Amino acid sequence: MAERRIIQATGMRPLVRPGRVTLGATILALLAFAAVFAPLLAPHNPIDQDLMVSFLPPFWSDGADPAYPLGTDSLGRDVLSRLLYGARIALTVAVIAAFLAGLLGTVLGLLAGYFGGWVDALISRIVDIWLSFPPVLLSIVLVAVIGSGLHSVIIAIVVIDWTRFCRVVRAEVMVQRNQDYVAAAVTIGLGRWRTIVSEILPNVAPLLIVLFSLEMGIAIIVEAILSFVGLSVPSDFPTWGGLIQEGRLYVNQSPWLMVFPMVCIILSVLGLNALGDGLRHRLDPVMRR
Amino acid sequence: MIGRQVALRLLLAFPTLFGVALIVFILLRVVPGDPIAMMAGVTATPEEIERLRGLYGLDRPLLEQFWAYLGQLVQGDFGVSITRRLPVTELIFERLPATIELSLFAMALAVGLGIALAVAATYWRGRAAERMTDGFSAFGLAVPDFLWGLIFILILGVLIPVLPISGRVDPSLSFSSATGLYLIESFFRGQFDVFVSTLSRIVLPALSLALPLAAIIARVLKSSLAEVMQQDYILLARVKGFGRFRIVMRDALRNALVPTVALTAVQFTFLVGGTVLVERIFSFPGLGNMAIEAVVNRDLPLIQGVVITFALIFIALNMLIDLTYGLLNPRLRHG
Amino acid sequence: MNDMLAIEALRITIAGRNVLRDVSLAVPQGHVHGLVGESGAGKTMVARAVLGILPAAARVISGHIAFDGAEITHMSERERRALLGRGIALIPQDPMTALNPAFRIEHQIVDVLRHHFGLGRTAARAQALELMHQVHIRAPERVLRQFPHELSGGMRQRVLIAIAFACRPKLIIADEPSTALDVTVQRQVLRLIKHLQARENTAVLFVTHNLGVVAKICDTMTVLHAGRVVEEGSVEACFERPAHAYTRALMAATPRYDQPAAALAPVPEALSRDLADEATAWDARHGAA
Repeated sequence: MAERRIIQATGMRPLVRPGRVTLGATILALLAFAAVFAPLLAPHNPIDQDLMVSFLPPFWSDGADPAYPLGTDSLGRDVLSRLLYGARIALTVAVIAAFLAGLLGTVLGLLAGYFGGWVDALISRIVDIWLSFPPVLLSIVLVAVIGSGLHSVIIAIVVIDWTRFCRVVRAEVMVQRNQDYVAAAVTIGLGRWRTIVSEILPNVAPLLIVLFSLEMGIAIIVEAILSFVGLSVPSDFPTWGGLIQEGRLYVNQSPWLMVFPMVCIILSVLGLNALGDGLRHRLDPVMRR
Repeated sequence: MIGRQVALRLLLAFPTLFGVALIVFILLRVVPGDPIAMMAGVTATPEEIERLRGLYGLDRPLLEQFWAYLGQLVQGDFGVSITRRLPVTELIFERLPATIELSLFAMALAVGLGIALAVAATYWRGRAAERMTDGFSAFGLAVPDFLWGLIFILILGVLIPVLPISGRVDPSLSFSSATGLYLIESFFRGQFDVFVSTLSRIVLPALSLALPLAAIIARVLKSSLAEVMQQDYILLARVKGFGRFRIVMRDALRNALVPTVALTAVQFTFLVGGTVLVERIFSFPGLGNMAIEAVVNRDLPLIQGVVITFALIFIALNMLIDLTYGLLNPRLRHG
Repeated sequence: MNDMLAIEALRITIAGRNVLRDVSLAVPQGHVHGLVGESGAGKTMVARAVLGILPAAARVISGHIAFDGAEITHMSERERRALLGRGIALIPQDPMTALNPAFRIEHQIVDVLRHHFGLGRTAARAQALELMHQVHIRAPERVLRQFPHELSGGMRQRVLIAIAFACRPKLIIADEPSTALDVTVQRQVLRLIKHLQARENTAVLFVTHNLGVVAKICDTMTVLHAGRVVEEGSVEACFERPAHAYTRALMAATPRYDQPAAALAPVPEALSRDLADEATAWDARHGAA
């Protein structure tokens, strides 16, 4: 046993709070619920205009109409319905873009990490080049070039953010490939690809779940940025970023129009970050990176 | 030693620069199929399009175009802006100082705020103040810079209008700047009305950019400080009779900063990248704002120039960061 | 004779368990008092209690600590800060970790001088140089400009001794100051402490598990086991006529130059059991655990 001394570490409170995963999962579940059941939950069609009821305030203010719980926008469209449908787009983009970015990044990261040598040099060099561009600018230019729309937004996120997965997976695989179990797999005659897929990948999987959760939050932000700049989906279509951009025009008349979609984005990202961080702590007490 | 490291980094930067040029070329001239149609817009006649095509050399083979383009880049020639009818280089140099000033101011804010938060959390460990700073860090990270910008506009520009939310300096003040760095120059030239006006307009965009980074710095520095505060030499400092605040600020902070710099330096590039949107939101006349204008106007030479300029800034920043690591490393082992 | 340190019936618990069971000891001015015991005997807790740096979970249940005739058991933080470094100083155990890696040696000697005496930069510097001479550091000017990682363990321990003696304290707690060093350096460091202590007429509480060291430099001693004093008195008396079986067992377990290591006897199992029973009986009488 180590010698006890006067100078010695005093007890430290753990930095991890248990509630994070629960909090994140709850917010994510709410988001998913809103997205899936938007047609049932929304009191109105999100694109129905009714100029007679434009700029209605939310329900707690004077002059509110209970038929429009969160009020209406400049064209008399129901804000709550637009937010709910916005959740659909946000979640769709988040899941698909994060998945594809994860797929591309993981495959390249596995290759670079496992094979090393020129494969690694090439992939790392590409990542370096990618990191030389400001991501926001690159995504805006990319969408401007390939045309706006949901698919372009997804492509832009994948093209820009695969490097996040690639770098982390590469570093992790480099650690894993030197472990005994990989050597064992190779000695018993498992092929390279079999080794990667059946031995290394499962060990990288927890990390991927964490990254996926964080990437979904980033995708929601990027989608909001692109709709904010007016490059996402047609403006009639309700996206959170688009709602912010519209709300900004009328911020003096009706600040709530801007506040609600901002709250939606912030809560979603907060939840996904909490989930990702919580999972990281739970899966890996030492906290890598 | 250092000289060789710098030389090596510069050498390594060449393939990256070439890659950047290639990506921009592919992005702007190959992928869209017809950049000229994109530039000319839907109202252009076929003759007009043909004329533009000849003007930009797009009727020649791709490889030839690429060589011509590389040759131009090497000479620092980005062509002429379509909408502004001025050399792109000139436009960029006109806007660059604003972005540099904004970025540096934001970085300083982020570092100051991040350190203050981490020190406060360490000093008041286990008390409400610590939980508050933790909550702030989580929030600061979840809210991206452009949303911070909108929040500030909403609160400080609209609900309680205390600060101006657009431009760089009050248009009624005349100030001809030699360097383009309004804040520093007006201060040293003693034009304090200009200085105050510039300061009041840079604070909110800079704060928007700084908050997420401050949250990261606070988080990393706090855990680094927590580790340092366990060290024997901190206990010895207590036994020397020093007060807690002094110990955190003087004996612990310096040791905790080295790993913090190593872990957060990369984030500076994200801050610079964030200027694009934040400048747009605050109508701040910098490079990023011009980039979005260029995208909206389909001004191809300008887009190309701005993207490459940003890439150059990023490569330079990354090099600087790598070199900083090199300088910090020998000390890291003992820290 | 005037006691610099007087501990009376000190009882400390950690999370409700007794760690010190009515410990009493006294260190007269100019004397070196050995506090001997195995790991976990509580000698570290005694030292921490004197310095007022007990772990957060520790509670002083009863008893008194007096320094130079004044009660310091429940001193305020502010008063204690004025005392530490100036009236009471510490020579820590591990020279490798007790110096701040970010600051030059000069800074670490000068800061305590300036803090307690309000010395100017030049005066403090001159005094630091003088201290370096006193702890027999060659080329002191150069060493003052160096960082801790540039010095050997023995050099660092000398620096720490210089820091401890800097403000001419009346009491020094030496926490196994030689344990982390190799044998030859150990002997030099002990001689240095003894020399400075005798010249300054400082009282030293010398915490150690090594009876050989006690025999070399202490005047009086206390043997602790399981938080209880099992033996006390002058060093000669204790060595010649140990009153307690445990002391005899410890002596048998202490390596000596003239005996091979194989001759060392472990503390007999029956004795350990008896001692544990005694501690339990003590707890039963005084209530705890």
